[in-house]
Amino acid sequence: MDNVVIEALVRALAVGTPLLLACLGAILNERAGVVNLGVEGLMAVGALAAFAVAAGSPDANLWLAVGAAMLAGAALALLHAVATVTLRANQFVSGLALALIGTGAAGLLGKRFEGLPLFNKVADWTLGSFTISPFTVAALLLAGAMAFWLGATRSGLTLRSVGENPAAADVLGVNVGLTRVLAVLGGGALAGMAGAFLALSYRSSWADNMTAGLGWIAVALVIFVGWRPLRAIAGALFFGFLYYLQFRLQGNSPIPTEVFSAMPFVLVLVVLALAGMRGQAGNAPAALGRAYVRGER
Amino acid sequence: MTHSDLSGSASAAGAPPALRLRGITKRFPGVVANDSVDLTVHAGEVLALLGENGAGKSTLISILYGLYQPDEGAVELDGRAVRIGSPAQALRLGIGLVPQHPLLVSRHSVAENLALGGAGGLFPARRVAGRVRELSARYGLEVDPDSRVADLSPGEKQRVEIVRALLGGARVLILDEPTSVLTPQEADGLFRVMRELKADGRSLIFISHKLDEVLAVADRVTVLRRGKVVGGVPTLGATRESLAELMVGRSVDFTRKRAGGPGAEAGALLSVQDLSAQGSRGLPALRGVSFELRRGEVLGVAGIAGNGQSELVEVLAGLHEATGTVTLDGQPLSGDAAGRFRAGVAHIPEDRIHSGTVPTMTVAENLALRDFGRAPLARGLARDLGATDDRARREVEAYSVATPGIHTPTRLLSGGNIQKLILARELAGQPKLILAVHPTYGLDIGATDQVHRVLLDRTAQGAGVLLVSEDLDELLSLSDRVAVMVGGSLLGPFPADEVTRESLGLLMGGAHPHSLPGAAQGGVVA
Ligand SMILES: Nc1ncnc2c1ncn2[C@@H]1O[C@H](COP(=O)(O)OP(=O)(O)OP(=O)(O)O)[C@@H](O)[C@H]1O
Ligand SMILES: [Mg+2]
Repeated sequence: MDNVVIEALVRALAVGTPLLLACLGAILNERAGVVNLGVEGLMAVGALAAFAVAAGSPDANLWLAVGAAMLAGAALALLHAVATVTLRANQFVSGLALALIGTGAAGLLGKRFEGLPLFNKVADWTLGSFTISPFTVAALLLAGAMAFWLGATRSGLTLRSVGENPAAADVLGVNVGLTRVLAVLGGGALAGMAGAFLALSYRSSWADNMTAGLGWIAVALVIFVGWRPLRAIAGALFFGFLYYLQFRLQGNSPIPTEVFSAMPFVLVLVVLALAGMRGQAGNAPAALGRAYVRGER
Repeated sequence: MTHSDLSGSASAAGAPPALRLRGITKRFPGVVANDSVDLTVHAGEVLALLGENGAGKSTLISILYGLYQPDEGAVELDGRAVRIGSPAQALRLGIGLVPQHPLLVSRHSVAENLALGGAGGLFPARRVAGRVRELSARYGLEVDPDSRVADLSPGEKQRVEIVRALLGGARVLILDEPTSVLTPQEADGLFRVMRELKADGRSLIFISHKLDEVLAVADRVTVLRRGKVVGGVPTLGATRESLAELMVGRSVDFTRKRAGGPGAEAGALLSVQDLSAQGSRGLPALRGVSFELRRGEVLGVAGIAGNGQSELVEVLAGLHEATGTVTLDGQPLSGDAAGRFRAGVAHIPEDRIHSGTVPTMTVAENLALRDFGRAPLARGLARDLGATDDRARREVEAYSVATPGIHTPTRLLSGGNIQKLILARELAGQPKLILAVHPTYGLDIGATDQVHRVLLDRTAQGAGVLLVSEDLDELLSLSDRVAVMVGGSLLGPFPADEVTRESLGLLMGGAHPHSLPGAAQGGVVA
């Protein structure tokens, strides 16, 4: 009995980790007022970058691989930042484009790794029958750190203000554009880190569509958790657990697998419906999704 | 000899003015908001910038604060040319601004808003709270650092903005209509601050439509009309009348406008019994309020912002839940805001930008918000855009709204012109009851005069007006009776000729009504 509970927890934490990392990233840029729907693409390039570095040689530095993933995520997110902050393009359209570019590029460039195993993975830490990835620990710590940073520091306050009322922040000398660009880059780096977890810890070989819709769930999760980093932990765990249930069912049920592969998207709807029921949409940063133009009345 | 006298001679002796604008021109589609404006302010001087609604005052100071870039012209600080590309640069140059409409983050606490842009990395809000309490106590500008900005009234928000400007410690401080929603006491507190800053050698630019204030606090006046500087005079020797004439180009009547009022025989129009309501902060906002408003009467409601006036009006307008009974013309008044409007209740709300208009919609659309679905603005299911535009043109003309056109989004209009638009819409039908909250907030004297006339006109036709205002002069000049709200209770109403500015001020501050003249007749319904 205990073993079932522990297994469920371990698996929920494992799937929950990329969800949490990506969700934290999205919270970061959304609290600054920028929606990024491209998380799926950012995770994909992160995974690819991490795998490419780690698969290079038997004694490849795994830290380097994680760094490469974060850099790749941030680099792709820079496109979004330039498009939406500098050029004031529609954030939703730009984000969707990012998702397509990221997953497409990762699929194409990842072809040569397909089926390739890693020489060494990021090893899990074990405590009896309980195992946990260092990524998971990092994600949990990060959630706490982000909650503290947003709530208790000047730069956190600046970021939140930019997302709520950029004109008010501007009048006080805050560089709204720069704040938003940095937030989008940070969000990209965290999504990239989520991808690195998939490539270096969760799976042991490269497969196409590594991200499997997790990025989309992460975007929806932001709404579900009301843009709060600590609640993101519970949200990620909950949806990690639903994923785990899905795997269990998939193994021993007559339901065709196509139904299960549609699962992430069903989950997105579930997330949004639950968020709607809890009235979370009212927590959205007031300036979310809107470009800021100084002096525009 | 006062400091201001010295500043004149100092400049004559060769010291450059603290601030000089040369030939500033700013064009917007359809308007020249500033037309080669020259302006100087010396150190230790308060300059009042006067002008009708839409004259270009806010535009000029937005340029000075780096929010707009001028099309032509130059800015000099202490004789050196500067380029002000952003508010950040303006702040670095020592220019501070109290904007006309509060620019605050609603979801954040007052302290968080004040801490933004300050110094210190950790717990910025907690750091600033002490300084805020100290400043607000020192100058009598009451602000609670812990309350959420979303819960504050416009007057409270204005105080937050002022405290923020004080925290910043600017060399050149610009105040764009800072007193429009302040009580006389708060305004006095602000003037004390301004005098101290002035004595400290700083320069202040003060925008206000209240000429008494200008005379009390400014050293010099510069008048804008349609974007151009049309004159400048020292306040020494100037009068309200002379300034008004300089501003609007004709003389303005400042005398008490209300003569008789309805006799006691006039029947009750609105009767309110034992009204109680919760405020947004979960505290009781109205505690058993009862009163009667007669046909053809103006009932003034005085009170410091946050004492229940907003809630009272919102309850009557159908925007806030309450217990108690309300009847209009003998019929119980209930239901939603739209239904009440059809029953003859007009509402001029206190927050003109967020609840009075839809900023992204055009002038014509905003004017039609109340009745776009009905004849004559609609035929069957289709809107009659021609009729909508025709009426919009008439209203814009009648209320002399300064706008490039009726298809301009209202967010582009100046503050006073947005207010005129709301009045035009709300008074368009023949309302029986007019709930007017700060109806002349931000209006220039000409427009204020006009609005007063319109309101009195409606009472002559039998409408009743519930007038909430923090401008006691306005209340006393228009009302037949005046009531005071303190802590959610209503004191009075008292006949207007039995109260004075001073007695009202004391009541607003919580003095016991029995100690005041007029209390015996008016009675206390609390
Ligand atoms: N961003 C903008 N785009 C278009 N027109 C504008 C803009 N800002 C201001 N205007 C126009 O410029 C003119 C001057 O406006 P401004 O706000 O400076 O007036 P004001 O003197 O401050 O008036 P008030 O006393 O009503 O506040 C108005 O006609 C206004 O509609
Ligand atoms: Mg203005």
